[in-house]
Amino acid sequence: MRGLFHAGGRPADLLIRGAHALDPRAGLDGPADVLVRGGEIAEIGAPGALAAPDGAEVVEAEGLHLLPGFVDPHVHFRTPGQEHKEDLATGTAAAAAGGFTAVIAMPNTSPTVDDALVLRALTAAAEQQARVPVGFLAAVTRGLRGEELTEMAELRDAGALGFTDDGRPVASAGMLRRALQYQRLCGGVIALHEEDPTLSGSGVMHEGEVAARLGLAGIPSISEATFVARDAMIAAYEGGRVHFQHLSAAESVEALARWKAAGANVSGEASPHHLCLTDEAVRSLETRFKMNPPLRSEADRQALIAGLKDGTIACIATDHAPHARHEKEVPFEEAPMGTTGLETAFASVYTELVRPGVLSLPLLVEKLTAGAELFDLPTPRIAVGRPADLALVDLEATWVVGERGYASRSENCCFHGRTLHGVVRMTVAAGVVAHRAPVGAEAAA
Amino acid sequence: MKHLLSIDDLDRAGIERILDRAASFAEVAGRPIKKVPTLRGRTVVNLFYEASTRTSSSFELAAKRLSADLVSVRAATSSVTKGESLKDTIQTLTAYDPAAIVIRSPHAGAAELVARWTDAAVVNAGDGKHEHPTQALLDVYTLRRRLGSLDGVRIWIVGDVLHSRVARSDVLAFTRMGAQVTLSGPPTLIPRGIEALGCAVEPTLDRLGEADVVYVLRMQHERMEQAYVPSLREYAMRYQINRARLQPHQLLMHPGPVNRGVELSGDVIDSPQALIAEQVEAGVVVRMAVLYELLAGAGAGAAADGAPAARKEAVAA
Repeated sequence: MRGLFHAGGRPADLLIRGAHALDPRAGLDGPADVLVRGGEIAEIGAPGALAAPDGAEVVEAEGLHLLPGFVDPHVHFRTPGQEHKEDLATGTAAAAAGGFTAVIAMPNTSPTVDDALVLRALTAAAEQQARVPVGFLAAVTRGLRGEELTEMAELRDAGALGFTDDGRPVASAGMLRRALQYQRLCGGVIALHEEDPTLSGSGVMHEGEVAARLGLAGIPSISEATFVARDAMIAAYEGGRVHFQHLSAAESVEALARWKAAGANVSGEASPHHLCLTDEAVRSLETRFKMNPPLRSEADRQALIAGLKDGTIACIATDHAPHARHEKEVPFEEAPMGTTGLETAFASVYTELVRPGVLSLPLLVEKLTAGAELFDLPTPRIAVGRPADLALVDLEATWVVGERGYASRSENCCFHGRTLHGVVRMTVAAGVVAHRAPVGAEAAA
Repeated sequence: MKHLLSIDDLDRAGIERILDRAASFAEVAGRPIKKVPTLRGRTVVNLFYEASTRTSSSFELAAKRLSADLVSVRAATSSVTKGESLKDTIQTLTAYDPAAIVIRSPHAGAAELVARWTDAAVVNAGDGKHEHPTQALLDVYTLRRRLGSLDGVRIWIVGDVLHSRVARSDVLAFTRMGAQVTLSGPPTLIPRGIEALGCAVEPTLDRLGEADVVYVLRMQHERMEQAYVPSLREYAMRYQINRARLQPHQLLMHPGPVNRGVELSGDVIDSPQALIAEQVEAGVVVRMAVLYELLAGAGAGAAADGAPAARKEAVAA
């Protein structure tokens, strides 16, 4: 697949027997046998109807759910430059453990992915190390400094799926406008981390009652929302295509809905942590709850959920942001922003929102796969003839996050210590078995 | 109680117990020999990552008057300037087997982190803009001595609330003791949502006359550079507590150090209504009481002399 890079491996031959196959886009919602041959979905039949050909592994999956593999358009794999936090091998291992079959890595590495040489080195490394396919966004501006555009056309030719200065906003409206004009030449979505630096200031958490109590500098909701409104207007004016990353504030959802209704080519994502947690968690001053944008109020969380349901927010993206233990074991104000999320994305939202009946399971599956289309990638589908991108999940099994460690190199997970429902027993990515739950052997024997 | 990290660690009875003991130590302080042997042979570490005169010196004096061995570590003179992390510093200091670590840090939650990394009792001597619980205790102590009780007392805290750990701990402690607290200051320096602490907010001093106590916060010069207020002159015109604003029935407090002519005029500082010197005096005995509570009090892990929370025994010791 153009734009995705991975090491590959032996194409899977599997008969997944008796799982509840659920793929809203394929109209699947019931028990089925699914046969994977040579890494492709070869046959879908009634439970018990398919026989395993010679050499195929039989996966007894009764009681499990077979879902299309998840796609995460927002991860930080820290390579090049910060491999003590994560690299392509550990990052994609975490992705596979979470049921993801494609992920898109951000360019705020060291050096920044702002020229084709760096990008080519990365895609070559992914072809050696990536357990699941990885796509890359390149920087909008050199060094993420917001001063000059990168060579966007050459970067596209080198495989960039799009562009972002994620970690920072494109603060200058004029610079964003130029990038959107140039987008007509080279294509590629421009993904935006939205915050007004003059409103965020030295803020370290959501501005509100909790920040007031803790004496921490706040990042107001309007810091994000004013930039979403501004940039949606610029995109509409230029006829450009922008994607708003990790939306966190009710006012941002409102602005996005307004500009979508006006016909602007804009989309948005929300993260599991913003959907499941609020700034109340920060009262503990635990640094795993420090991320940017920050955990916000309950009203903001409800607005994100409503936005997912009514379609304003297109997809769920983790913003998987690993940091080493010693970097996070410091006072809250000193700690870097970010939480890991790949291994807990499905289970956290399933536990906090699907089981209580707030979201339906088909909607969660749709939102965990919709990131593909936004970046012009094929959406994983349980359909004959398609590559096997599959997640086999036990919805009833529970696990304590972090109890057995993490596949990620880092452990700064905001759900650490929580008991979650939903264990990914097996992940097949681009036709290759990428993950088996170590203790799930009994289910996949 | 193992640590004192926040006023939230104390209920009203707990505050009263500490202040009663502080009162008993005040009697000792009146004697020619001001020491008691309570913490003999035990070590107290003072770890200060910020400049401080009165808090650090009063903790030092408190530890010495309880006969503890004292190690004072200043950020400027220790390996913390060589980039050693807080965790590594605590692990090093823990090797001295301290009974208590008193920490002042520019960062919220630092004392709580230290408590996680050591078996010693931890006293928060100010963490960022979060809390300064011993300051709040000595403020309550000072007011109780003057008024008997804080029940129903109306206290206005005036000034830069946004950057003040004293304001946060005081709101919690004053309200817990039955007072009604109002915060007043430039709207740029009042954090959004602070009312959730159980206080009122007034943007102007128009109704300052309703206060029984006016507690004035320090106005730091760097706030001008950060454009929170346009000038010290305009700040003083609107918020300075001076003869024209302070009513004769009102008591005046300030955590120090004072910027004379900015948040307070010189004449009110030196007036009999001002409790500022009494606050400083209270600092030592209240901090003695806190160390006693944690290291030798009823709830302490290892009571040095087995003394329960009794004022007479502490004095007799």
